[in-house]
Amino acid sequence: MALSDERRAALEAEAGQIIGRYPRSRSALLPLLHLVQAEEGYVSADGIAFCAGRLGLTEAEVTAVVSFYTMYKRRPVGDYHVGVCTNALCAVMGGDAIFADLQRHLGVGNDETTADGKVTLEHLECNAACDYAPVMMVNWEFFDDMTPHSARELVDGLRAGADVAPTRGAPRLCTWRQASRILAGFPDDQAAQGHTAGHATLAGLRIAKEHGWEPPAASAAPAARPGAASRGTASPGPAKAGTPKASAAKASPARAPRPGPVEGGQQ
Amino acid sequence: MTSVLTPELTARWDEPDSFTRAAYRRGGGYRALAKALEMNPDDLVQLTKDSGLRGRGGAGFPTGLKWGFIPQGDGKPHYLVVNADESEPGACKDIPTMLANPHALIEGIVIACYAIRADKAFIYVRGEVLHVIRRLHHAVAEAYAAGYLGSNILGSGFDLDVVVHAGAGAYICGEETALLDSLEGFRGQPRLKPPFPAIAGLYACPTVVNNVESIASIPYIISNGAADFAAFGTEKSKGFGIFSLSGHVTTPGQYEAPLGTTLRELLDLSGGIRAGHRLKFWTPGGSSTPLFTEEHLDVALDYESVVAAGSMLGTRSLQIFDETTCVVRVVLRWIQFYEHESCGKCTPCREGSYWVVQLLDQLERGEGSEADLDKLLDICQNITGRSFCALGDSIESPVKSSIRYFKDEYLEHQRRGGCPFDPVASTLFAGELV
Repeated sequence: MALSDERRAALEAEAGQIIGRYPRSRSALLPLLHLVQAEEGYVSADGIAFCAGRLGLTEAEVTAVVSFYTMYKRRPVGDYHVGVCTNALCAVMGGDAIFADLQRHLGVGNDETTADGKVTLEHLECNAACDYAPVMMVNWEFFDDMTPHSARELVDGLRAGADVAPTRGAPRLCTWRQASRILAGFPDDQAAQGHTAGHATLAGLRIAKEHGWEPPAASAAPAARPGAASRGTASPGPAKAGTPKASAAKASPARAPRPGPVEGGQQ
Repeated sequence: MTSVLTPELTARWDEPDSFTRAAYRRGGGYRALAKALEMNPDDLVQLTKDSGLRGRGGAGFPTGLKWGFIPQGDGKPHYLVVNADESEPGACKDIPTMLANPHALIEGIVIACYAIRADKAFIYVRGEVLHVIRRLHHAVAEAYAAGYLGSNILGSGFDLDVVVHAGAGAYICGEETALLDSLEGFRGQPRLKPPFPAIAGLYACPTVVNNVESIASIPYIISNGAADFAAFGTEKSKGFGIFSLSGHVTTPGQYEAPLGTTLRELLDLSGGIRAGHRLKFWTPGGSSTPLFTEEHLDVALDYESVVAAGSMLGTRSLQIFDETTCVVRVVLRWIQFYEHESCGKCTPCREGSYWVVQLLDQLERGEGSEADLDKLLDICQNITGRSFCALGDSIESPVKSSIRYFKDEYLEHQRRGGCPFDPVASTLFAGELV
């Protein structure tokens, strides 16, 4: 890692903070690898040597760990790592079509980077957002309910330097290296911003509210619903009945198909 | 009409600031913690046992029993590790939970650690979910600032530190012993059991590994009592949980309901299969659970009933596929996933998954034969029960169940020399100009 003395000192200090979180130093290896990836955009031989040096491991021991985990890249990645889920459900719902289309559109294959160094394209395994299929990820932020058209627009925007915001995530899209820094345990200032829940996340809650079905604690309390005792009795503990939420739950907002996600408030 | 849905964990997700400590407290949050810290830890373990809560990460092992296995007075450090590595194809409940309401998890962590007498907890979250990781860090920082974490929590004398630990892309790390190896800084490969983590877990110390939803369910149980929680659900599958509906449905999403709810009930509520189509096959608990079909619409989705009907409840990940979907394509893609994610430690899984993919690929291209189906089943039978962990066993589930229900579709590929389905018809944007 061709680092200035200043950068190296900063990195060593951060490595020390990471190691300090764990009872045994080797547990710091995964976050340290995220840290060196944040520094260089990928895990280089120098990055491996840095981690090995901090933890008293051999470079071979560190390399064995690096090669096991798909999020560590051994070659430089573009500013934007664009992933398309092609696990079964997303593939069927359109992920295969999107991935094929993006390869043609960008002129790159799987795990390749565009000539301008902006976009690295990769197909992904399931990213735990199946209710928003087909799903794409950019630098590990969610882009939900994608189509080939919206996918092309997305990558074109990224390459043109346009403001691109995830469907569910922080308002300001991080670069690949900034994202790796967060994974190392140094979050940016966006936690209290951005989305809290998308349309699918809220689907069940919305339907429950339409029916006037209250949270179990509220409905189990005899005062809230006589007859609920047949379902078992509420303990004398602090039930949540009577909170503003319990009565608000009766309000039934009109159901809109695919409404926008809930935005988190600024703090 | 009785409540089909019981939003509790999900109840406040539509509030714009639901992820904050302030919003969580507004809804009654952190009262359970104050109550728990006044109780005897052993009584908390008993309360959790009495509630009937079973692990929400798929295996369904009783949570209180797991806590009770931790030896007390052994002089060793104890650890709680939260498995937030949600990666099972179809599973998508823990990620929205942590995005919208991370404080329910934090409160559950503190209570669980107090119960098992641990002073250090780790949240092992998959790395590929950046905003969720931000929210976890934010919630942990807020909890420290309010005295819910750190030393002498709420004046009880109890100390606890929580570390948010991001994984690096490996499905196998959802297996609890592989997760522990990964957390120790190694390749994520499963350990031989016994010893179980409760005896020799993280750093060979007594460790509880619990799923996000299991831990986030604890505050409700403490606040409302074991009997209240146990009044929901079925005789052996108590309480409520999040059902994740995805695929060819009108309204995909998260539905919190008592265990024992049926897919038919959920579909009736949510607009059913997408317009103009009918159900072909589905998974009750993610790709590792044998397929169900239309005939299973009324199976009660609890641990026992689903097993009796030939599958597993798993993570309640209801992936729905309509008649436009090629089952061979879906099964091939799942097995390619298992092949890719096999850690390589044991031969049956590593080599078996490779050969199953080769055969399925051939069959999907219409270049196989009926004899290949027998060969597939034979290989699967030799993986199941001979692998180090459940990843290997998972390979058989989709293969065997798809051949059981859709053998003729496999054979139709061979008769035609290719796939009889139009992949465009099964997409979200079928028929639309894209």
